[in-house]
Amino acid sequence: MMKLSAGDKVLQVMIYTVLLLLGFITLYPFWNSLVISFNVGSDTALGGITFWPRSPTLDNYEVVFRDSRIGHAFLISILRTIVGTTLSVLFTAILAYGLSRHELMGRKVYMVFCIITMYFSGGLIPTFLLLREFGMMDTFWVLVIPGMISVYNMIIFRTFFLGLPAGLVESARIDGCNHIGVLTRIILPISGPVVATLSLFTAVYHWNDWFSASIYINDTRLIPIQTLLKQILNSNIVTDQLQKAIGSSAAAQDRLALVQSVTSKSLIMATTMVATLPIITVYPFLQKYFVKGVLIGSLKE
Amino acid sequence: MVVPAMLFIFVFSYLPMYGVLMAFQDYQLFGGFFHSPWVGFKHFEAFFNSPDFWNVMRNTIVISLLKLCIGFPAPILLALMLNEVRLMLFKRIIQTVSYLPHFLSWVIVGGFVGSMLSTDNGSVNMLLMNLHLTSEPISFLSVPEYFWGILVGTGIWKEMGFAAIVYLAAIAGIDPHLYEAASIDGAGRFKQIQLITLPCIRPVIIIFLILAVGNILNAGFEDILILATNPILRDVSDVIDTYVYRMGILNNRFSYAAAAGLFKAVVSIGLLALANKAARKMGSSLW
Repeated sequence: MMKLSAGDKVLQVMIYTVLLLLGFITLYPFWNSLVISFNVGSDTALGGITFWPRSPTLDNYEVVFRDSRIGHAFLISILRTIVGTTLSVLFTAILAYGLSRHELMGRKVYMVFCIITMYFSGGLIPTFLLLREFGMMDTFWVLVIPGMISVYNMIIFRTFFLGLPAGLVESARIDGCNHIGVLTRIILPISGPVVATLSLFTAVYHWNDWFSASIYINDTRLIPIQTLLKQILNSNIVTDQLQKAIGSSAAAQDRLALVQSVTSKSLIMATTMVATLPIITVYPFLQKYFVKGVLIGSLKE
Repeated sequence: MVVPAMLFIFVFSYLPMYGVLMAFQDYQLFGGFFHSPWVGFKHFEAFFNSPDFWNVMRNTIVISLLKLCIGFPAPILLALMLNEVRLMLFKRIIQTVSYLPHFLSWVIVGGFVGSMLSTDNGSVNMLLMNLHLTSEPISFLSVPEYFWGILVGTGIWKEMGFAAIVYLAAIAGIDPHLYEAASIDGAGRFKQIQLITLPCIRPVIIIFLILAVGNILNAGFEDILILATNPILRDVSDVIDTYVYRMGILNNRFSYAAAAGLFKAVVSIGLLALANKAARKMGSSLW
């Protein structure tokens, strides 16, 4: 390593300090919420909870898991993420494969047709009315179908497919493999990193999206977890939730003591953690893929 | 194989474009596009003349400019700093941590902001009071003066680390010989950043800058819907997109909202073209 001058050393110290501070600011809100979710609610209300739970408890989570709506919304989110990601990645890849084939007539026209939609769109209101006229409101599919083909992801896929050796597809074709077979048995298996990255991004989108459900869905049985969390944050259904937790329970009296120590804040934090956990546990492991994926996307054309 | 997907794009992306015509109609729920009367520019005039117009325009422009001026350089700075770090483990930890907020939904980020800034033992207020900077808790999310700062700050908090990836990669692609030569010539790290790193990543910065300028009327949507729940903030928080949502989806004024949305789209396209023209003069363009 090169020798550092005095000025460089000062710069180094400054940079490490700033980065440490940034890291702290990034992590702290998350950590603090986690701590509050594990602390007795009535105790949190006294203040002063920062880095460690003062009186640790699992009560908040017990109430959260006892609430059937949260569990149900969690399942809807999982279902939506799995179905939405699978369909979207598969169909986007099919389109990209088609558009990467040189024998396709007029593929330039098709590309332009796709790319235009990245810059022009009908906007929120016409889209909303269209989906309503299709009768897709209050169906599970409205969460999955409209965004199924992502032109942006298609371009990333296509760029990658175009970089693969052409002989690969040709020899498979000569051996009598049809296009679907080529795609699913040859192309996709060797496109691991791209498939992984785009699946991660699509899955994150589906898991985190609260807005489409908030405008297209009224049926409480179809509300995903993020939308439910938004409703909880915005209203006082927390108290209602508390009552439900005691409510019809057989051992209502036992529950009462438990529930009295749980406050809306501790409950919101516990719900937040439940809604965050799936992603937080996955993303560090996929880091090396998405770093690569972001680059493929930004260096296109 | 391509045809079904094309049909799909046609249905979900092009059919709504036909829907922009409704901005020139008095859209009626049961008449649909075909049976609603044409009214010309009535809704545009109503939008331009409404008392909300100037407010919405001011917020849209000010919030975007703030995001552009502060939010755009932030990831570049982060990438430059990360590049100076010699301890690989430290660098990797900071990077992993900095990506974290990108993967959280706005609902959750909003929950964190609410909890941090809460008057009810929120960490920020606890800190301020312990330092005796304020004698009683400040209700940050209901003071209009603070809103823009909170909005822009939260946006940076959420996306800075992720946006830095591209710049870090660009920096990693710089020929190390340049640095060696510079250090032999006596340039310190700071000079090297200034004379080598920044000029080398300039093309990447310009491309992202054009994209950002083209997006200038997208002042925000989800973030504002989530952070500005208090109606007190409406004067400073309402931008075109949230206005369209409020008028169209919540108040059922479909044609009026579509007109406002169309106005925004037209101005955005103009800005994108303009930004591209300016960039072509600087030597790189999008198309």
